[in-house]
Amino acid sequence: MLFPISGTQISPIYLIAVGFVVGMLGGFFGVGGSFLVGPALFGVGVPMNFVVGTDLAHIVGKSIVAARKHRTLGNIDMKLGLIMVIGTIAGVEAGAQAIQILKRTAHIDWAVGGTFIAILTGISAFMTWESVQTLRARRHAEAAGKKLPGAHPTGRDHSAVAHIARNIQRIKAPPYVSLPASGIKQISIWAILGVAFVGGVFSGFLGGGAGYIRLPCFIYLLGIPTHIAIGTDLFEVIISASYGTFTHALKGNVDILIALVMHTGAAIGAQIGATMTQFFAGPRIRMAFIPLPLLGAALVLHGLLTRH
Amino acid sequence: MKREAKSWLRSFLLELILYAGLVVAYFFLVLAYLGNWLHRLFEHERRTYAFVALGLIIGQGFVLEVLTRALLAWIKPARKD
Repeated sequence: MLFPISGTQISPIYLIAVGFVVGMLGGFFGVGGSFLVGPALFGVGVPMNFVVGTDLAHIVGKSIVAARKHRTLGNIDMKLGLIMVIGTIAGVEAGAQAIQILKRTAHIDWAVGGTFIAILTGISAFMTWESVQTLRARRHAEAAGKKLPGAHPTGRDHSAVAHIARNIQRIKAPPYVSLPASGIKQISIWAILGVAFVGGVFSGFLGGGAGYIRLPCFIYLLGIPTHIAIGTDLFEVIISASYGTFTHALKGNVDILIALVMHTGAAIGAQIGATMTQFFAGPRIRMAFIPLPLLGAALVLHGLLTRH
Repeated sequence: MKREAKSWLRSFLLELILYAGLVVAYFFLVLAYLGNWLHRLFEHERRTYAFVALGLIIGQGFVLEVLTRALLAWIKPARKD
């Protein structure tokens, strides 16, 4: 079938299937899934500039469906999400400016690709170590009949590195906010804005919603329970991807017809993924998340080596 | 517990079937009626295209979700009767 805006011939069934898979991953993990959609679209002949913009557009629709589902499950901290909007938008703009500066140098592909690979691999390695430690500590605590170490105040999650978030929550930098939905009594607004800004920079610099960096930051730096981190991250992805969609559409990089067709599959997948989070504990979800950044890193490396 | 899971699964499957029907209908509607218009906008009025593109994808997310929820709410009481 011909999609006239980008001038590409793609089977709509293929687009729906790709949308379904990334929709399910997005609903379950709270990520946009650009590391899978990018190669999937590029592989069937969609020009690279359209890949980035169209992917962002489809992420907006999918994240709305998944976020609304997560909201009914009580997994969104609206207060946190709204505070983060400011930092996210500032970060997206900073990231987009950084890429414009890098465009003037000859090795932009390697600069962007290398950064992407290093960060994704680092996230996977850290999350592997943390998940193993957390699950081991849980087994020991259960065997000894002791209190779970690193248990979150909401009782919905626990982590072996909970002390990192506790230390960040103690930072003396007013003004402060409380986040009752996430079980946080007090945290500096600057810590929240900092995480939002970093996520935004990655979104603007590397494309996509940057959930792969924001989700671990939510959990390990701010101390948000995994389920709420997923829902709130989807809320942030809506903001950053909407902004990205609009600016890319102005530049002629969005084939909205492809995005709408992909979203028909993604919407169903996102519903399933979001519902599935009910049946898994935080550390298990984090463990299942580990292969995703690694897969993304492998795809970027393959693209750099084959110049695709 | 088993009964609860069964009831949840039934309502979830129903939701999925409705959702699938709605998105497929919307998909054909978009392709049949909006394809050429969107292409013209993309070529000649990029600013309007940007607004319409964002509006369409946001609208698709919201409308389908709201419609499914409304249909489910309508079907569930009817089944109780």
